[in-house]
Amino acid sequence: MIGADAIVKCLENEGVTTVYGYPGVAICPFYNSILDSTIRTILVRTEQNAAHAASGEARVTGKVGVCAVTSGPGATNLITGIATAFADSIPIVCISGQVKSEQIGSDVFQEADITGAVESFVKYSYLIKNVEDIPRVFKEAFHIANSGRKGPVLIDVPIDIQNAAIKNFKYPEAVNIRAYKPTVKGNPVQIKKVIKELEKAKRPIICAGGGVHLSEAVSKLRTFADNYRIPVVSTMMGIGVMRTEDPMYFGMVGNNGKAYANRAMNESDLLIMVGARVADRAISQPDLIMTNKILIHIDVDPAEIGKNVGPSIPLVGDAGHIFEDIMKEEFTCEHEEWIRTLEEYRETMVQKRDPNPDYVDPAAFITMLSNEMKNDAVYVADVGQNQIWSCNYHIVKDGRFLTSGGMGTMGYSIPAAMGAKRGAMDRQVIAVCGDGSFQMSMMELATIMQHHIPVKIIVIKNNYLGMVREFQHYTYKDNYSVVDIKDGTPDLEKLAAAYDIPFIRVENMSHAQEKIRELLAEDNTMLMECLVDPMDLVK
Amino acid sequence: MKKIYSVLVENRSGVLCKVSGLFSRRCFNIDSLAVGETDDPAVSCMTIVSSGNQRTIEQIEKQLNKKIDVIKVKTFDEKDSISRELMLIKVKYNRGTRRDIMEICEIMKADIVDMSNNNMIIQICDMPERIKVMLDMLKSISIVEVARTGTLALPKCIDN
Repeated sequence: MIGADAIVKCLENEGVTTVYGYPGVAICPFYNSILDSTIRTILVRTEQNAAHAASGEARVTGKVGVCAVTSGPGATNLITGIATAFADSIPIVCISGQVKSEQIGSDVFQEADITGAVESFVKYSYLIKNVEDIPRVFKEAFHIANSGRKGPVLIDVPIDIQNAAIKNFKYPEAVNIRAYKPTVKGNPVQIKKVIKELEKAKRPIICAGGGVHLSEAVSKLRTFADNYRIPVVSTMMGIGVMRTEDPMYFGMVGNNGKAYANRAMNESDLLIMVGARVADRAISQPDLIMTNKILIHIDVDPAEIGKNVGPSIPLVGDAGHIFEDIMKEEFTCEHEEWIRTLEEYRETMVQKRDPNPDYVDPAAFITMLSNEMKNDAVYVADVGQNQIWSCNYHIVKDGRFLTSGGMGTMGYSIPAAMGAKRGAMDRQVIAVCGDGSFQMSMMELATIMQHHIPVKIIVIKNNYLGMVREFQHYTYKDNYSVVDIKDGTPDLEKLAAAYDIPFIRVENMSHAQEKIRELLAEDNTMLMECLVDPMDLVK
Repeated sequence: MKKIYSVLVENRSGVLCKVSGLFSRRCFNIDSLAVGETDDPAVSCMTIVSSGNQRTIEQIEKQLNKKIDVIKVKTFDEKDSISRELMLIKVKYNRGTRRDIMEICEIMKADIVDMSNNNMIIQICDMPERIKVMLDMLKSISIVEVARTGTLALPKCIDN
């Protein structure tokens, strides 16, 4: 057995079913060994998308996504994908080939110091120097990636290590990293304090972030909110924690969120932030949420607590454990008037849109699409105006809403949808992107066709990099700079034909429903183009 | 506000880079950093002196603790610690300045550890503020080059 065989054995032991990647000489031993395994390999068309695909799979399965690339440019191309996963705390393990151990540091062909380059974007990284370390390193890497605050781990494996004979392969049963013992159980004293505040509160609210998905605490949070009638708002990453139409859900907060969600949060007297970083897009003025309220901050990462706001009650731990522990205690809280106030805000503070009837109205279209989608469908939003429309008008039922929230990486939706579909072949998976973000990952149409991954792709087309155009509209008084993509964008119908993908165009709302039904009729790959008004705005 | 962090880390390659990278990435200051093996060869101790407001100080400790190679972080004030720094300082001397230099060394409890016809190397091991005094005193004479360890510190001995 050689190192490369050992790596494949490690992946099998971890229950990995799919590896996304792109080969090159330095990772060839691994790609040779994997031929003898039942693990599927998916050949992406650029390495960045291997990381996004692994991320999409991880997010729907709760397991670690895996990608494997070659040294040098293969590894550096992965960096944006790694940074995207890091910003959203998504558990992935990235394997990179490396030049021969003895050549490291001499700038030989396709050598890059990838562990150095990704240092600030990974939870941890390894450069394997001894073939016998492979089992321990992989065991640790999977554990680190998918525990505590989750995140990407990179393992750099020189080609001579992949080819070296390994004497005793034994996959460790447990990990023992002396300095890594994440706190998952909440401190009982702090939990008592939380309950005391809940009993006192007149206007409590929960702000749920992506951490609630990551700790698989969605059903616990829903039960908690329903039992104690506590209203919930969410960050962008927290979309889907509550069903959009749950009476206790009051929308996404932040500068691109719902006005009533922000108002609800501002007027609350007790704010429970859970699995949220208090980042600038969600909370533009952190000082404000500390002034007139008690702030409870629940996070598995102690460093997030107090980073942007100083909470009244810090509570370190896993959201799932904490909600379980809170619900074990007996207490009552009463705030029906507050709920009525919020219901009134939700009804009255609705953003008025004035859609151009000559085009598809993205807001109405996305809501219509949501209604036609299956209950447990996965909706992957890209980045740009399309993302904001998706956040505000997609109705989540029992499915998932995935997007690149922290890093805002354009081109995320198609590869992430590929990974999500591979992770849940029985579920409907739909990527919704703009014409800008589509062109950042349209090479993956080839991957989708080659590997028969039936995802639906919807392109919201306005011939502009719309989010930047909108910014230039407000900030630079319509002096548009480098945002017009009309002339270069290919005819998507011809493009679809070139890949042998069925194509649908939606020109306005009059026939939108019928076209959506056509799109969703079968579990196959389809490309839909929606023509929206180039001047349409998210606000 | 000045703080001293005594950070026990795994003695592995790349750890220094990970820790110092954390400071630069988050715009935390490093006033000084000293590293050495402890009694356990698998563990190194980094002594980092940094300054910042209350929130920064707290974040530094939390971010250090997040690093998987960091075993333990102790944070303390200068006044609660015994801190020392070692400095080697090469000065140029002549007949006119030699006695002054020797007097300064005597007052500051520094040793002359090497000498040639025109240069000498002085060694001083003392509290960081006294190192600064020594440096100021010799500046007026003629410094050729200086090497300093940065502050090493341990919390004071307190039983129970």
